[in-house]
Amino acid sequence: MKKLTLNKQTKSNLITYGIIVIAYFVIQIMIATHTMSYHMQGMLVTVCSYIILAVSLNLTVGILGELSLGHAGFMCVGAFVGASFSICMKGIITFTPLRFFLALLIGALAAGIVGILIGTPVLRLKGDYLAIVTLAFGEIIKNVINVIYMGIDKNGLHFSTKDTVSLGMEEDGIAVIKGAQGVTGMPQDSNFTIGIILILLTLYIVLHLIQSRDGRAIMSIRDNQIAAESVGIHVSKYKLLAFSISAALAGMAGVFYIHSFDNMSSSVFDYNLSISILVFVVLGGIGSIRGSIIAATVLTILPELLREILYSISKDSNVSQVITNSRMLIYSIILIVMMIFNWSPEVKEWTGKFFGKFKKNKSGKKEVA
Amino acid sequence: MKFISFLIDGINLGSVYAVIALGYTMVYGIAKMLNFAHGDVIMVGGFASFFATSAMGVNPLVSVLIAMVVCTILGIVIEELAYRPLRNAASSLAVLITAIGVSYFLQNTALLIFGSAPKQFNSVVNIPMLMLFDGRIKISGETMVTVISCIIIMVCLTLFIHKTKSGQAMLAVSEDKGAAKLMGINVNFTIGLTFAIGSGLAAIAGVLLCSTYPTLSPYTGSMPGIKAFVAAVFGGIGSIPGAFIGGLLLGIIEILSKAYISSQLSDAIVFGVLILVLMIKPTGILGKKLQEKV
Repeated sequence: MKKLTLNKQTKSNLITYGIIVIAYFVIQIMIATHTMSYHMQGMLVTVCSYIILAVSLNLTVGILGELSLGHAGFMCVGAFVGASFSICMKGIITFTPLRFFLALLIGALAAGIVGILIGTPVLRLKGDYLAIVTLAFGEIIKNVINVIYMGIDKNGLHFSTKDTVSLGMEEDGIAVIKGAQGVTGMPQDSNFTIGIILILLTLYIVLHLIQSRDGRAIMSIRDNQIAAESVGIHVSKYKLLAFSISAALAGMAGVFYIHSFDNMSSSVFDYNLSISILVFVVLGGIGSIRGSIIAATVLTILPELLREILYSISKDSNVSQVITNSRMLIYSIILIVMMIFNWSPEVKEWTGKFFGKFKKNKSGKKEVA
Repeated sequence: MKFISFLIDGINLGSVYAVIALGYTMVYGIAKMLNFAHGDVIMVGGFASFFATSAMGVNPLVSVLIAMVVCTILGIVIEELAYRPLRNAASSLAVLITAIGVSYFLQNTALLIFGSAPKQFNSVVNIPMLMLFDGRIKISGETMVTVISCIIIMVCLTLFIHKTKSGQAMLAVSEDKGAAKLMGINVNFTIGLTFAIGSGLAAIAGVLLCSTYPTLSPYTGSMPGIKAFVAAVFGGIGSIPGAFIGGLLLGIIEILSKAYISSQLSDAIVFGVLILVLMIKPTGILGKKLQEKV
């Protein structure tokens, strides 16, 4: 009887959490019964980090209503800070869950701080300008990390922009970040269970924010900034709040992602990755958190599944290459078609006529969660 | 002497940026949208010229014309299919995301058709190198052609916008679409014309870019495209002389930072310029301040 008193929002939240938990158990059963290939099992960590990234980007794009094209940059900051921490602390903190937890926390904090530093001057801008500046910041972060060398020995940390030798370390020193090579020798702490916990944490933070007073303030800025300002909403504060939380979550996803590899260079976190995440958000429906989760999962799993099936049929190694090449092409078509279908006034009118009789509720309200 | 030759390299790169930025600034100034796909139209122009010369064996100068025709048609088609339906959309995000989609579409279609291996582009410029001070300073034919064509394009565009009826229509559309429509201006045609001119310029920019840096791949256009947007913002978006000045300055900054600071960090420095400009003077060097109305 208690369930009847739940309001609509709580119910919707519970469904979202429920999907994740059920998916977790289904996949665990699939792994236990060997119905899932090793290739697919390897993808699970990637899928989890993409889900976190898509949900966090949705906070900026869907809830704040500003386009950020530098999401991979925040991911990059988090990943490199977290990975450096893990490598430095490898011998000191031997209890892996604690070390990984601290790495996640520090990575998220670092990305959040970078988000605040970037957001403070940049969020004065709007629309196209904000998009291009976030793109620029993503590129700057990637390029700067690409030239940094960092090492650790008993005297502490050493930095250089030239090479490993010029770090001037003692004999026992380890080079942690090696310029274009990136970080090497990371402990592979990530696994699927931690991924699910992080997704639930992300969902809790984001849904809680959206459905709070702060969240409504942020959405009022999206809908009309001048009106929001005139009723006394501190626009830059709320913009910064949404932006930095989104950055911190992306940083956390970066730490999680990078810890499933042994080594990784900063060039992975490029513009293409930012766009891929944007595609997840757009396909799932801008502003819809559950949509982001589903789109990120489907778009990551589907190409791999297709690859496996086609390969098992044709045994042709070219298939893999074709899928890799056509993946981004399909993404681009998704972006264009989704936008025209959802936003064009003419197309909307046309679809309204066509599907109108099947839909009862067409009040044009924006979906929140 | 070394500094001067770096400066000349900078002016060369800068005038390529300027030609691209002219296309950007026109489209942004009139259609009020950021055409992310502009950089990839440049790439298509490069490929059109490449295949015209290598596969069909036409004269390099004729290949430029072919590239212009191809890009103009492409620009009109993109505008018609992808941007026009969203012109009256409630969210400005929609058209921006569509533009990113178009940019990716062009890039990946080119990747599927032409492959990712870079192609050797033969320069269309056939002018000998100019030697000054006993050969200590060399000015390549490409540099001269690029700078001169950039100035010609700028003058022509300014004359076109201020002296012709279509140009005046463009100005009117950029001021107020609704009012322009009431004055009997065909808004859709005018914006289509803007895209046609912008894309035609992109073809010229593509050929000049590939002549200066003679490799051609599906990704050739994307980075110069984004940097040219930085140049357009630097000079004041919407302003034609601004695009020229912004392009030149940005090219010089990029080459000098490559030469004296770090070749790996030059991109970061160029983008740093953008952020500085937007923080100090968001309207750019020659931009006008616009008050947002309710």
